[in-house]
Amino acid sequence: MRVMAQMGMVMNLDKCIGCHTCSVTCKQAWTNRAGTEYVWFNNVETRPGQGYPRRYEDQEKWRGGWTLNKRGRLKLKGGGRLRKMLGLFASPVQPELKDYYEPWTYDYKNLVDAPLGDDFPVARPKSLITGEDTKVTWSANWDDNLAGTSEMGHLDPLVEKVRRESADKIKFEFEQTFMFYLPRICEHCLNPSCMASCPSGAIYKRVEDGIVLVDQDKCRGWRQCVTGCPYKKIYFNHKTGKAEKCTFCYPRVEVGLPTVCSETCVGRLRYLGLFLYDADKVTEAASVPEDRDLYQAQLDVLLDPNDPAVVAAAREQEIPDDWIDAAQRSPVYALAKVYRIALPLHPEYRTMPMVWYVPPLSPIVDLLRDQGHDAEDHGNLFGAIDELRIPVEYLAELFTAGDTDMVTGVLKKLAAMRSYMRGISLGNDPDDSIPEAVGMEGETMYEMYRLMAIAKYEERYVIPKAHVEQAHDLEEMGCSLDYDGGPGMQDSPFGEASGVPTPVAVETFHALQQRQTSDAPGGRETLRGRVNLLNWDGNGVPEGMFPDRQDGEEPR
Amino acid sequence: MDVLLWGIAPYVAMAVLIGGLIWRYRYDQFGWTTRSSQLYESRLLRIGSPLFHFGILAVVAGHFFGLVIPMSWTEAVGMSQDFYHFNALFVGGVAGIGTLGGMAILIYRRRKIGPVFMATTRNDKMMYVVLAAAIVFGLWTTLASVFLGGHGHNYRETVAPWFRSLFILQPDIASMAAAPFSFHLHTLVGMLLFVIWPFTRLVHAFTAPLHYLFRPYIVYRSRDRRGSSSSPTRRGWAPVGTRDRDNRTR
Ligand code: HEM
Ligand code: SF4
Ligand code: SF4
Repeated sequence: MRVMAQMGMVMNLDKCIGCHTCSVTCKQAWTNRAGTEYVWFNNVETRPGQGYPRRYEDQEKWRGGWTLNKRGRLKLKGGGRLRKMLGLFASPVQPELKDYYEPWTYDYKNLVDAPLGDDFPVARPKSLITGEDTKVTWSANWDDNLAGTSEMGHLDPLVEKVRRESADKIKFEFEQTFMFYLPRICEHCLNPSCMASCPSGAIYKRVEDGIVLVDQDKCRGWRQCVTGCPYKKIYFNHKTGKAEKCTFCYPRVEVGLPTVCSETCVGRLRYLGLFLYDADKVTEAASVPEDRDLYQAQLDVLLDPNDPAVVAAAREQEIPDDWIDAAQRSPVYALAKVYRIALPLHPEYRTMPMVWYVPPLSPIVDLLRDQGHDAEDHGNLFGAIDELRIPVEYLAELFTAGDTDMVTGVLKKLAAMRSYMRGISLGNDPDDSIPEAVGMEGETMYEMYRLMAIAKYEERYVIPKAHVEQAHDLEEMGCSLDYDGGPGMQDSPFGEASGVPTPVAVETFHALQQRQTSDAPGGRETLRGRVNLLNWDGNGVPEGMFPDRQDGEEPR
Repeated sequence: MDVLLWGIAPYVAMAVLIGGLIWRYRYDQFGWTTRSSQLYESRLLRIGSPLFHFGILAVVAGHFFGLVIPMSWTEAVGMSQDFYHFNALFVGGVAGIGTLGGMAILIYRRRKIGPVFMATTRNDKMMYVVLAAAIVFGLWTTLASVFLGGHGHNYRETVAPWFRSLFILQPDIASMAAAPFSFHLHTLVGMLLFVIWPFTRLVHAFTAPLHYLFRPYIVYRSRDRRGSSSSPTRRGWAPVGTRDRDNRTR
């Protein structure tokens, strides 16, 4: 047993309102540069829908992830090493901008500068790639809220599949039956195929916390990782010629802060915490012959942090005690393995993704309610879950390689929780037959409810800080203050962007400190740490963000 | 003059090539990339780029054969001069034409496809001029030796000995000086290409990822093998460039 720690995330899809705040804040923080206009480390897709980039889930086309070869061993779907090398000069399958979208801006200047005339001046869309006039035809969330589904709904690869496999069950109106949002980031997989596809070996997994990063100095732009990642969460920066991906906000996580997407999530639906897993078992687990067994195999790789044998083995691997403690309090472990209501996205890609999802019950609740039934009654809900094949089959294609029983089980737990808690809040005695119906105890169900519904910040984000004695091991922490110019270099004579780059962590640290400790609201003088709606961290009341407070009114 | 061109210039070129590569490797890893343009355009690239690259790799192999392996060796294994030449011309010709065709497609694409043209830097254009010149003059020497009288000039008796002599630090200037003009031109442009090599996108060729064939699939970066990536700021050289590069995500 080789115990390793892995930062993981769980998203509770029932709570996602599809507001895209997470995408926007992430973009503001990480990809607001030239070359990354089309890059969304975090994106929110409406499902059913094509996703971003379009139809990325169609692996017969894009050839991401792993398959098994004839001998039952893992092999890259994009081809073996030699094949990759021969295809280096022009990647055989690579998404082009048209599969993402051509980023654009508007010619706002024309609104002001246009000469006086009879016509209203307009701000024409301009391509950010060529600078020419362009026609906006697609974007990262063009099919938001099922827009255009009547024409394009069938282009969702999962819809195609569900239709094919149960042609007699779906007759029509498939698209109107249900809808939900799926926020996606890089999965920080245990068995990442992006890494395996990289000829330079520039992509690596951090031993300390399992975060998958691209070494920007080692990357040579062979762009094989883009093909390799089945989730298409590696993006090619077309200005620098290097691959970039979600960093799990490692500079924040190292100092115990949640990722930007989690911190800003309006629905508060994201959970962050540690998994302990057995690194020696990963390959074996990823190679189980049946796609449908992959979910279970993935669960089996995760170790019980309360098991003394695991704790001892973790200590042996020099995992610090406060990390082990954090693993024991980990909300993501609880949701994934204790309550078993969080499922991995597309386990059949065999990358062992570490961002997990609690599937949404709301499509079913909504349908029940629309039909005039009591949508809180567990009998009704259980019946509906068994009855409403299509949403369940769709969810199964997303989360369990098509195993509907597994999804049904999870949905029933959520349904049971709903009606159990309704009983309690109406002042009735807890009806323990409800949790029993889904194989849980009343106590456990109550705890699950607490974590799902009312958990506080510290319970949702259990992030142990990076260790000082390990400082040299972590990218950013290593002698973070003795770079040229030292910590005082904030006010460089030529403004923010001149001089040598500041390590991200130092920059973030200073900006945060400034913002949190200064009396004045977020600096107006300096750009650094400037607060607007997109980078406000909820601390303090920056000027201009809220209406003036009346005297005597309590601060919120 | 001959001494300058064939005795000194090669060493200068070599010094710049090697020194430049070392310098770039140490100070500009971040700029060391193919700067792939496949995101903008894929169809033409998928024809042009493999054609060009497989061609150029064959051409490089051909140069190795022609320049490094002495004539006496091939004769010793019983390869006749005619047979050798036929092979050289045939294989070299096919490779050369592939290279040229591929390059034509690539250059056409660079110019005609809007986004690709926008992403073409002045450095790229300069590189293409020199590269194209080297290839065209190279083909010319080959063609000249086919069509001009008999077997044409046997560079294996002039250029090749000179080339080898460079490495034992006793340049055989006289035999190079005896080669015809076309060879002189090709060699000079070739030296120029080596000089600019480290400073253009061509550097990618020196990091051809052969180790991919042998490395394990999953890379953990362990504690003491911390990568070179961000923290130590490089003294004496700050990456020039855009705002974006200075603010890049790491
Ligand atoms: C030996 C291994 C080599 C490999 C693996 C390699 C790989 C690549 C790759 C991946 C690209 C980017 C194509 C794209 O997506 O836009 C590229 C571009 C290019 N390579 Fe190579 N290359 C190699 C050697 C060479 C050599 C020896 C030369 C020339 C002497 C060369 C000249 C070029 C040029 C000119 C381009 C730019 C093509 C364009 O116009 O976009 N390469 N190479
Ligand atoms: S999801 Fe992330 S870690 Fe997994 S293969 Fe894709 S880029 Fe790599
Ligand atoms: S911020 Fe939260 S609620 Fe809004 S789209 Fe993102 S994940 Fe959903």
